[in-house]
Amino acid sequence: MSNLAIKVNDIGKKYNIFSEVNRYQTLREKIVDTIRSPLKSLLHPTGSESFWALRNISFEVERGLVMGVIGKNGAGKSTLLKILSRVVEPTEGSVEIRGRVGSLLEVGTGFHPELTGRENVYLNGAILGMRRAEIDKKFDEIVAFSEIGQFIDTPVKRYSSGMYMRLAFAVSAHLEPEILIVDEVLAVGDAEFQKKCLGKMSDVAGEGRTVLFVSHNMSAVTRLTKECIILEHGKMTMRGPSHEAVDYYLSHDYEKGGERRWQAEEIPADAEPFKPVAMRVLNSKGQVVDSIRSVDPMTIEIEYTLQRPIIGLRVGIYLMTMHGEFVFTSFDTDDPDKFNQHAERKGGNYISRCAVPADMLNEGRFVIGVNASVFRVKRYFQDANAVVFNVNPTGAPGMHWPEARQGVTRPRLGWEIVER
Amino acid sequence: MKTKSIETIKKPETVLIKPVKGWVPLNLKDLWVYRELIFFLTWRDLKVRYKQSVLGVLWAILKPVMTMVVFTIFFGNFAKIPSDGVPYPIFSYTAALPWEFFAAALSVSARSMLASGGMVSKIYFPRIIVPLSSVMANLVDFLIAFVILIGMMIFYQITPTINMLWLPAFLLLAMVTALGVGLWFSALLVMYRDINYLLPFITQLWMFISPVVYPSSMVPEKWRFLYSLNPMAGVIEGFRWALLGTQQSISGGMIAISSGIALFILISGLFFFRRMERIFADMI
Repeated sequence: MSNLAIKVNDIGKKYNIFSEVNRYQTLREKIVDTIRSPLKSLLHPTGSESFWALRNISFEVERGLVMGVIGKNGAGKSTLLKILSRVVEPTEGSVEIRGRVGSLLEVGTGFHPELTGRENVYLNGAILGMRRAEIDKKFDEIVAFSEIGQFIDTPVKRYSSGMYMRLAFAVSAHLEPEILIVDEVLAVGDAEFQKKCLGKMSDVAGEGRTVLFVSHNMSAVTRLTKECIILEHGKMTMRGPSHEAVDYYLSHDYEKGGERRWQAEEIPADAEPFKPVAMRVLNSKGQVVDSIRSVDPMTIEIEYTLQRPIIGLRVGIYLMTMHGEFVFTSFDTDDPDKFNQHAERKGGNYISRCAVPADMLNEGRFVIGVNASVFRVKRYFQDANAVVFNVNPTGAPGMHWPEARQGVTRPRLGWEIVER
Repeated sequence: MKTKSIETIKKPETVLIKPVKGWVPLNLKDLWVYRELIFFLTWRDLKVRYKQSVLGVLWAILKPVMTMVVFTIFFGNFAKIPSDGVPYPIFSYTAALPWEFFAAALSVSARSMLASGGMVSKIYFPRIIVPLSSVMANLVDFLIAFVILIGMMIFYQITPTINMLWLPAFLLLAMVTALGVGLWFSALLVMYRDINYLLPFITQLWMFISPVVYPSSMVPEKWRFLYSLNPMAGVIEGFRWALLGTQQSISGGMIAISSGIALFILISGLFFFRRMERIFADMI
């Protein structure tokens, strides 16, 4: 145990499905149930059906390691974190934890709107397990970090949500735990805040503390963590170096995404006769994916039906970053030859496919929008946020430096170094 | 920018998390580690209560005073209930003080676990702190209202006797009872929400089996023993005896029984609460 921060021995967590649907009983129901069927009530004190949210999980985390936990929603990530932070008890197995556990999923817990910023700092600090003396010592630092300034003595109910978040985060960030748990999935807040979370995480890791990082953002996982475990349906399917784990995870495509289907009620009446069916992001093997490697080409396809012929139709995509910056706009008839060839599109079912070359996008999350229109005549259909997908930088130029590259694109450019 | 303080390298403590079957040890050491949280939660409860209401601190006084006024008019004047030879207003106020404390502490602590659901489902801390700090916050109300009692004693020219030194013991008995019952109810309430409706009813009945509006000397001798099983009977008679010098109609032995019962409720409540604690986060 000397060099270990966390040791998980074969833990499992069972939930009753009954208690998921109807979390609590009334005493009256319990009494009625007991009277009706005393034997059954005695033999099965609570709901009968149960499922294992987590089972047979064993792993060790060395001190100072930054470890990623990946898996799709419902794979048991949150349950694992709750067990590690002692909020829920495992049904079986045991966990040994060395040192104070802090977590950035507790941001703002116990904040009371009526209390001032100052009062909440002390209260929240105490809830997180800080000593009063410790809070006294760090108070100025916390206030400076939160940029709250003179509003520190104003009740937090008058704060903007941004101020509230900053102050809450400042307290959590100064807890200085030996083990930090960061759950990006639960970390609500704007991009700025998320960036702060990740920044704090790197700091903590730099100080030789242990970090568990839960995220759907594979690029952040590869950049920030050394090793990863993958959870799938409550089981641990893999542990290994982050690059391998992310590769494995992405190639198995656990995340069912990368596709948008439009239901009849989502299509406005004036789209007639254009009827969108689906939009998909495909990898080089033609599989629908929501994550693509920067070094691989990808295909974006739009499936649609024309109920009547349209003259001069163009169907295209917008590609945007999550911050809403446009990366490019492209239509299927951008090529004048193609435009002439498809001057009139007859009624029928179509797919417009766009090949996006490899080595184009930098890591991050991107949004694809769709547009079907006739220039200066009519816009038939538009959905600016049709599909979201991730770009994973593994293998991209410059990845031997574990840093975030500025810029939306990440082209593989030709460099030469000459001596003269 | 970043102040890199020279931290004392202390050996981090190892915590073992594992499922515990059956009755869980109380783990009072953990409670000691988190003692400051008890203070902060108590302080928050008080601060919020007094900040949100216009009357603020006055509420703490108004409730027992109004109770006393109504009791004096209806029970003292109209029903002519005897008051062990002391003026009825101070007779009933001396009882209303610990009773209001008990009733308020019970009702707040019983609901406290549900009210702090957000905290409980996110962070680890000894859960007992939640109902405990609810009781503590009401203690402050009691102390404020106690000032009025001192004023009334001066007004009615009642000289305190050496018995008064026993007062903290009776207050402790009231706290123990309130916390014990509060622990039971707060854990039960997480599981069975309809207890919420039952609670005011229980509190009301409890008041009538406690000597708040009448002296326990009214209770027939043969029922006294049964009567004194109620810890609050001991508390209230104790208050009157210590402050007003009324005749003890509940003997010292019976007070001991009351205390024993209160202690039993508290300890069983602690164990019950600890046993249920592990499923709180799943239930809330």
